[in-house]
Amino acid sequence: MCGTCGCGSEENGVRILSPLENKGHQYQVHDHHHDHEDGHTHDHDHHHHHKTVLEVEQDILQHNEVMAARNRGYFEAKNIFALNLVSSPGSGKTALLERTLQDLKKEISFYVIEGDQQTLNDANRIAAIEIPVMQINTGKGCHLESDMVYEAVKKLDLEDNSVLMIENVGNLVCPSMFNLGESKRVVIISTTEGVDKPIKYPDMFHSSDVCIINKIDLLPYLDIDIEELKENALKINPNLEFFEISATKGKGLEAWYKWLKENSK
Amino acid sequence: MHELSIALGIVRIAENEMAKVNAKEVELIELEIGALAGIEFDSLDFVWPLAVKDTVLENATKKINIIKAKGKCLDCDVVFDIDYLYDACPKCKSNLKGIVQGKELRVKALEVI
Repeated sequence: MCGTCGCGSEENGVRILSPLENKGHQYQVHDHHHDHEDGHTHDHDHHHHHKTVLEVEQDILQHNEVMAARNRGYFEAKNIFALNLVSSPGSGKTALLERTLQDLKKEISFYVIEGDQQTLNDANRIAAIEIPVMQINTGKGCHLESDMVYEAVKKLDLEDNSVLMIENVGNLVCPSMFNLGESKRVVIISTTEGVDKPIKYPDMFHSSDVCIINKIDLLPYLDIDIEELKENALKINPNLEFFEISATKGKGLEAWYKWLKENSK
Repeated sequence: MHELSIALGIVRIAENEMAKVNAKEVELIELEIGALAGIEFDSLDFVWPLAVKDTVLENATKKINIIKAKGKCLDCDVVFDIDYLYDACPKCKSNLKGIVQGKELRVKALEVI
């Protein structure tokens, strides 16, 4: 079984695809470490049942953290500002990306990594704006991991002083545990999702730096109290910074753009 | 269902440790998992047989020590038990807190033959 996505066959394996390469050059992120150490140790335990206790004390996510640190080092060396965009499916991550890239592409050099279980649809939307993009298809996987991002980054061949947008798989649970080496984590929530979303899915809000509230153009038709939503999010994470926007109508984007420009310098 | 990734991470650690000591089989694996680590124990149990099949952990007993979550209030320094990430300080009601324990996700020990 694949150690990254848990797939049982190649059919559902992780694939890193470029919309420019029609046939989809495939890369299987399969780690198969086979350490065979031939060092002969001569420890003889004289318990009758020959049982040994190995004090391992190792973090289970250590492999992901090590790979994330490698990504972070690469980003810092090249002065790349990397954002990990997370949210439930349908909150408008791709729409926000499209709008942001269109409005700022003359000022900022952008790169995009799209994470979805299947299809090149999102990468095609980004490629249509003429931004370099790689699609990661996680197959059955529910989140991106740092080694997938590493492989995609290698293929993108990023310029110095650029901004990398990593759109995670739409899922408000699993991606929270997997550090990708990003500079900041941005959680997006839309006004149709309910004020208690942050306390129902606390881990993602706890681990994020910025919270973007999208689809504010729908507020006149909804019974949502944005202040209550923010209060709930702040109970989880008092350091969250908010932006209220409508990606499709272009509302409230100035503050988000200002933050992006200031942080990517 | 990130529990599968977690289970596979545990298998990876166990296989590496076993290779180091030339042991044959793991009898017991001891895990330390914090109450706020984001692990659904039922899900972990569900994926476990699949993840350990044909590995050194196939016949191992899995023992989980659950670590209770504690926070320290950043305003008044009180240390208190946390059930939910949004719990406020019981003394001063502040939401500013550091997580002291409860996010652990560790392989503590292996009992091997």
